[in-house]
Amino acid sequence: MSQPQTINLDAVREILSRHKDTKGALITVLQEIQEAYGYLPRPALSEVSAAMGVPLSKIFGVVTFYAQFHLKPRGKHVIRVCLGTACHVRGGERMLEKVGEILGIGPGETTDDQKFTLERVACLGACGLAPALMIGDQTYGRLTGKRVEELIKQYREN
Amino acid sequence: MTTVNLWIDGKNVTARQGMTVMEAAEEAGIRIPHLCYHPLLEKTGACRLCVVEIEGARALQSSCTVPVAEGMRVHTMTQRVINARKTVLELLLANHPTECLTCEKAGDCALQDYAYEYNVRSDVYPGKKKEYPLEDNNPFFTRDHNKCIVCGRCIRMCADIQGQYAIDYAYRGFSTRVLTAYDESLVDSPCVFCGNCISVCPVGALTPKWERGKGRKWQYEKVRSVCPYCGVGCQIYLHVKDSKVIGVSAADGPANRGLLCVKGRFGQDFLEHPDRLTKPLIRVDGRFVEAEWEEALSLVAEKLSAIRDKYGPDALGFLSSAKVTNEENYLMQKLARAVFGTNNVDHCARLCHASSVAGLAASFGSGAMTNSIEEIENADVIFVIGSNTKEAHPVIGTYITRAISKGARLIVADPRKTDLAACADVHLQHLPGSDVALLNAMMHVILRDRLHNEDFIRNRTEGFTELKEMLEEYSPEVAEGITGVPADKMEIAARIFATAKKGTILYSMGITQHTTGTDNVMSIANLAMLTGHIGRESTGVNPLRGQNNVQGACDMGALPNVFPGYQRVDDPTARGKFEKAWGRALPDKVGLTVVEMMNAARAGQIRGMFIMGENPMVSDPDISHVKESLEQLEFLVVLDIFPTETAQLAHVVLPAAAYAEKEGTFTNTERRVQRIYRAVPPPGQARPDWLVLCQIAKAAGYEMDYDSPADILAEVATLTPSYGGISYERLDGEGLQWPCPDPGHPGTRYLHKDKFTRGLGRFYPVAFKEPAEWPDKDYPLILSTGRVLYHYHTGSMSRRARALDELVPGGYVEIHPKTAEALGIADGQMVRVETRRGWVDTKARVTDTVSQRVIFMPFHFAEAAANVLTNPALDPVAKIPELKVCAARVTLAGKGDAQ
Ligand code: SF4
Ligand code: SF4
Ligand code: SF4
Ligand code: FES
Ligand code: FES
Repeated sequence: MSQPQTINLDAVREILSRHKDTKGALITVLQEIQEAYGYLPRPALSEVSAAMGVPLSKIFGVVTFYAQFHLKPRGKHVIRVCLGTACHVRGGERMLEKVGEILGIGPGETTDDQKFTLERVACLGACGLAPALMIGDQTYGRLTGKRVEELIKQYREN
Repeated sequence: MTTVNLWIDGKNVTARQGMTVMEAAEEAGIRIPHLCYHPLLEKTGACRLCVVEIEGARALQSSCTVPVAEGMRVHTMTQRVINARKTVLELLLANHPTECLTCEKAGDCALQDYAYEYNVRSDVYPGKKKEYPLEDNNPFFTRDHNKCIVCGRCIRMCADIQGQYAIDYAYRGFSTRVLTAYDESLVDSPCVFCGNCISVCPVGALTPKWERGKGRKWQYEKVRSVCPYCGVGCQIYLHVKDSKVIGVSAADGPANRGLLCVKGRFGQDFLEHPDRLTKPLIRVDGRFVEAEWEEALSLVAEKLSAIRDKYGPDALGFLSSAKVTNEENYLMQKLARAVFGTNNVDHCARLCHASSVAGLAASFGSGAMTNSIEEIENADVIFVIGSNTKEAHPVIGTYITRAISKGARLIVADPRKTDLAACADVHLQHLPGSDVALLNAMMHVILRDRLHNEDFIRNRTEGFTELKEMLEEYSPEVAEGITGVPADKMEIAARIFATAKKGTILYSMGITQHTTGTDNVMSIANLAMLTGHIGRESTGVNPLRGQNNVQGACDMGALPNVFPGYQRVDDPTARGKFEKAWGRALPDKVGLTVVEMMNAARAGQIRGMFIMGENPMVSDPDISHVKESLEQLEFLVVLDIFPTETAQLAHVVLPAAAYAEKEGTFTNTERRVQRIYRAVPPPGQARPDWLVLCQIAKAAGYEMDYDSPADILAEVATLTPSYGGISYERLDGEGLQWPCPDPGHPGTRYLHKDKFTRGLGRFYPVAFKEPAEWPDKDYPLILSTGRVLYHYHTGSMSRRARALDELVPGGYVEIHPKTAEALGIADGQMVRVETRRGWVDTKARVTDTVSQRVIFMPFHFAEAAANVLTNPALDPVAKIPELKVCAARVTLAGKGDAQ
């Protein structure tokens, strides 16, 4: 069911007015909308569907296919916990649980105050520092439960 | 057509250019395994099970996508091919649940069959299993994502064939699933529950709920039949186990080509409903008491004969039925005419297409759909007026959608913004009852811009000058004032239609159910002749008939003015022929129509009635009046499968066999006579209607003896020229389209080819007339009525089909948001809808489907019966009542409102 969302669709309309008659512009349109809103609000996608004549089921398919698109608003800080092989062996899963526990959310979810989004990733390219995670574009390695607590506290405050 | 020679497994095969290797192999009897390929669908080459080796090509090729080429050498069963197929199957099985023991599809599952054939076990690759919960949030079918092999057939069916785009692939890799947008329930998606996705799924991922656990492929027998829910006449298979219908699948009939709609696929469980009548009932002291057949039959014969003897034959009235077979309709009118001596026989075609029969007979000489259903797909302009095709004739709706995807343009004239109107290039949202003005304006534009077809008019028609004169005053600007449609829209529509190569017109009750119904129909005929869009493939004037056998009931003469084959009762030659055949003197006076019979009953002129398979207590206009009329009767007998609202008023109720329980033929909307077969026995003591009719005739002293319905049709053929060549032996499979005058005739795909049935086509200039009732101060809104997708006619069948009833359990009235606001009505509130005839309370559905001055109610629901409100005013020629327009008002109902 759609939650009632009041969203100003002017930006969507503006984006559509530039691209809607170009064949194959769907991805571009979605990218621009996400840039404008931070995610892809449902009313925006309905608007895209109507304007470009692309069924909503297809748009949903495209959006869920690419990891870059988000259907829900994302937190100010995105925490990506690594579960690649190296991190996995060195307790990545426990780190993920720890973060989840502190924030009260699971992977793919965002805290109610919109501060944090939790995600899992395959490998951050920091295997030497396993277990690792990223907050925003900052990488942190050699994690312990305590360290995770500190980090979140630190980010919560700014 | 260029042919191509190739070798498949050493066999020389001749194929047509453009065929794929798989198709060529199939034709040559060489079977290649496949999962994502399906003959109805676009090819994607996704599963790679169909790989073959082609000499000269390094890699294996998927035979479902590779086109044949001259001299090609194909090997379908080399070791390399077998190994590749095994790998495909092993990978699929690695994450497929092995639940064959309980799976509905076991025995009919492609994956199971191929695993068996290629001896593939499920444990070769230790794959992750998927663990999604069963998707079980609609009344019709479930989707098991764990069994889904993501072949995409259902997606292509839904998008390319059905045109709904409800589902698509979502997510990626191992997580790929077939989902609706936002993974919501199908109920909240564009899905129309046609279930056509189910019939292409190669595995057990999609399962109709009502069939669950009732039997698997090797346990049931498939019996061919025809869906009883509408005039499209889709062919179905009934799955029969232990004398019960436990499931339905689509047959490859000429009208449906493997497709069905929600009613056809999920609505047949009414057959088993506990309400089915199983014993004759006789009213004793106001209560029904079970009786034996002998007793009931002699009572009926005795009472009807007594009324005839006392008051004369015209004190009897007979209502035949568009739901029963041709044979039964034939016998009913024979019973009325030959046995009881009256032409008072009619049926509910009066309420839907009497004006088509009258109007088209006048203009062309024949009152049926001129062209065939499958021709619609190849038209380049389709003009739909007064037909909510996607809901009332859903499978025909899919032909329109497919024509559009092939590039056809669509014009829709409808007072409501229907789903079909949403697909149109031009939607003319005219006021109900303003059709003539709209059509005249279109013709005005065509003539003014000289877009008419002069050759056609000169060679094939008469009366053009009069039409031309009359059209002068209908400029689009004038028509705008009447129809409420902007003039430029009518201009555009006119030009699109006139410049079509193959323009076809489809219409239905939005045109016919008016006091000007016959005028409307003749106007449509004028438009077709003016542009020359008739008498060729994919053109024509096509009334879409509502009920499954409404065409046949008319053909069989269940009408007060004609014998079978539209031979007039007041024509002495025709009458002589039937007198000779039936061995009785026949009445020469035209009888009464449905609404006239009700009036006569109230006036005490009709004293006894026999109603077979009809429910005037819901279907007819002004129900309170109908009730009074029926209550006045000295004797009423009803023959039906359910204790309908009408049966409640009867003195004797006789239990009938339903379509699946007897032999016979139905004639669909495209004049195609198709057979139904007895699949299961009738419940209790119910009997086929034809047998009951024979027995009543006999009890009344007239020998009516037939061994089977085949015998009856043989008699029909001798008396009805257009059915002359039709017999049971010729009807297996595709059926035959009349006219089919002799046993060697192949039937007729489209009418009026070089010559109209009446010779020249006749233009009848028709001027606009207002409907009988138009909004005024007291009743400021226009009430229109119609059908919804999930129900059929008076609901006596569809409302006893569990899933249909669950999804749409009750009636409602559609009101435009602005109108609702002005009246202080919110969506979902109970409102009272009132007209000069009465009121009903029902739920408000606030929607911009209707325009501000119009409200709309579906008529299937007895407890909120739209026909309490409708106007029985009649078209003077066809005597069809004005069910589509009357003046109404809406107020909030009482205080205890909402839900
Ligand atoms: S039932 Fe029909 S409309 Fe619904 S998903 Fe299946 S094919 Fe599409
Ligand atoms: S549900 Fe059936 S048809 Fe649809 S993708 Fe899955 S396996 Fe194929
Ligand atoms: S379109 Fe008509 S005939 Fe075909 S399945 Fe639906 S109701 Fe039955
Ligand atoms: S596995 Fe975690 S950073 Fe590479
Ligand atoms: S059947 Fe040919 S690739 Fe699937």
